[in-house]
Amino acid sequence: MKMTVMTMTMMTDELLPVEKAAKKLQKKQKMDDARAEAELQTNILETEKYVLPSGQEIEKESVQPADLTLVQQRIKEVLVVLGDFVNRREENRKRKDYLSQLKSDLCTYYSYNEFLMALLMQLFPLTELVEFLEANEAQRPVTIRTNTLKTRRRDLAQALINRGVNLDPIGKWSKTGLVIYDSQVPVGATPEYLAGHYMIQSGSSFLPVMALAAQENERVLDMCAAPGGKTQYIAALMKNTGMLFANDANKDRSRAVVGNLHRMGVTNCVVSNLDGRKFPKVMTGFDRVLLDAPCSGTGVIAKDPAVKTNKDCKDIQRCAHLQKELLLAAIDCCDAKSATGGYIVYSTCSITVEENEWVIDYALKKRNVKLVPTGLDFGQTGFARYREHRFHPSLKLTRRFYPHTHNLDGFYVAKFKKITNTNPKPKANDEDEQEDATEVIAEEVESSSGDDAESTPAGGQSTVKSKLKTGEKKTKEKKRLATAQTGAKTKGKKKVTTAQAGATRPGSVQDSRKAKVFKKGGRFKGKAGAKPKKFGTKK
Amino acid sequence: MRPLTDEETKTFFEKLAKYIGENIKLLIDRPDGTYCFRLHNDRVYYVSEALMKRAANISHDNLVSFGTCFGKFTKTKKFRLHVTALDYLAPYAKYKIWLKPSAEQQFLYGHHVMKSGLGRITESTPQYQGLVVYSMGDLPLGFGVLAKSTQDCRRADPMTIVAFHQADVGEYVRSEDTLT
Repeated sequence: MKMTVMTMTMMTDELLPVEKAAKKLQKKQKMDDARAEAELQTNILETEKYVLPSGQEIEKESVQPADLTLVQQRIKEVLVVLGDFVNRREENRKRKDYLSQLKSDLCTYYSYNEFLMALLMQLFPLTELVEFLEANEAQRPVTIRTNTLKTRRRDLAQALINRGVNLDPIGKWSKTGLVIYDSQVPVGATPEYLAGHYMIQSGSSFLPVMALAAQENERVLDMCAAPGGKTQYIAALMKNTGMLFANDANKDRSRAVVGNLHRMGVTNCVVSNLDGRKFPKVMTGFDRVLLDAPCSGTGVIAKDPAVKTNKDCKDIQRCAHLQKELLLAAIDCCDAKSATGGYIVYSTCSITVEENEWVIDYALKKRNVKLVPTGLDFGQTGFARYREHRFHPSLKLTRRFYPHTHNLDGFYVAKFKKITNTNPKPKANDEDEQEDATEVIAEEVESSSGDDAESTPAGGQSTVKSKLKTGEKKTKEKKRLATAQTGAKTKGKKKVTTAQAGATRPGSVQDSRKAKVFKKGGRFKGKAGAKPKKFGTKK
Repeated sequence: MRPLTDEETKTFFEKLAKYIGENIKLLIDRPDGTYCFRLHNDRVYYVSEALMKRAANISHDNLVSFGTCFGKFTKTKKFRLHVTALDYLAPYAKYKIWLKPSAEQQFLYGHHVMKSGLGRITESTPQYQGLVVYSMGDLPLGFGVLAKSTQDCRRADPMTIVAFHQADVGEYVRSEDTLT
């Protein structure tokens, strides 16, 4: 249009009044546009310089109930500032100020406690963090798993559709899972459910069993089995052959295992009620072991929002400590000489590094095991390095799953192959890097076990105190090392043994307890003594 | 865990025979290995010999269950079958009834079977015969005993009870704790 107008003006010098008016209008329009653009730019500039609330403002706010829309607005703006910090920051404000404001706002808005939020902020980049928190507010879809011992997925889907259930396959990665969108009947009480044709199970619970990949005629242990969903999946993969041991420490919960296994028609299973840490004394030589360890549940906040507020540093440490003990026990139960297996799968529904990578790294040092690919072709890789920690590089082979990226519960899966049945000897000359890691772990274990021991009489202990304590220990140990430093070899030895001593302490307490338990059992006394766990090779 | 005594074996097999008759021997002589019945906490478990030997490693107090639980001995030394035995009763059952879809729900909530809910029944079943209850889709739902013989059933009016309820799969949800 413009072009034609222009050519027309060029062609004819004399313009019609209408054309003149049009030209004027165009000019005016152009000027308006320019002005609007300029105004917009100034607006942007104004918003760019987002001003953090001052101390007084915060104080005022803390008295009144929080205004959520205001808080949300502030979260957004702080995130924008942090997205391009150099250009958008306020002159005399530090990044720390912004971050602490963001943290307290996120805590208010999503009602988390400070500790957990700090932990999550360390774990995720800020943009991802908000996605994660949002994903935790929404429920995951209900998923079911077909019991292949009794039916096929196609038949089950047809039967459920006839009952008015709206469903779909869960995804390419599983041949047995179905997602339920909505249903006219309760999915947990259809005749098909009661007949054991399916199990209600979250999608993430499929993963460790798929990683374990139990074969027919193997001997498999599920160390923390309740309520038996994963156990039943293992049995289905083994087609009811071989032997399956389902253990759970909680008697009431192990009843649920029995009910579920019978309903699903599993016949090759023994259900026991033992402390997992003591299982190696009862029986070893399993081809595969699944350890779905008890955890803080930071991956399943959508299921249990109580986690948001009731977990603190000590809970995580306590979980991690138990997980380390359980994992070592699981590895001890496994037989490296097994023709088909020798695999251990470790999983948690937690996303903290303390309960996952750290535990794995610890086990890699304590036992002759190596990490192998999990066989799951999706999910994010585990951290080989996290903040100041440098884990074994093979931790890249483990898998992490998040609610916001995979629409599954937060989950972690690692798969080990046991190399030998003997435990590694304290190495004479470790590399520096590894030594540091051992040291850190030794301290961690010491502090956590110390916490455990002391928390009983004292009732509670502040984390600050424990931190102080570890600091003291560090300096003490360094001094000791300096005096004992007669050569590189002895240095290495000393360090590793201290690491072991740290781990032995809780173990030895256990041993005495164990002895008591087995005295009651009587019959198994001989067995209990037959294969002692070589925890601490005492000097 | 121990083998059943002669007396217990007698009571147990008598009970089992009410449902599957002489098919009991198919449970014991299996082509895929030796299977046995074992008593543990007054409950009878049906389990392969190999698995039983492994399970013996676990002390009595800590062993919760192994193989399949068939039922339990009551304090008066009678034997009571549990719904967990259904997997083995259903394939070998000699007498069966099928329920109409409308009556399925009632049965799964622990009610007796009315004439109105009766879909099909095995010919010439005598009165008080143990039988397995199926849905019309051939899904085993539980077991019970026939209250009236097949002949009498034909003449009965819709609200009379034709089969007494003994166990149903609804118990997996209703009474999970007491099941085994």
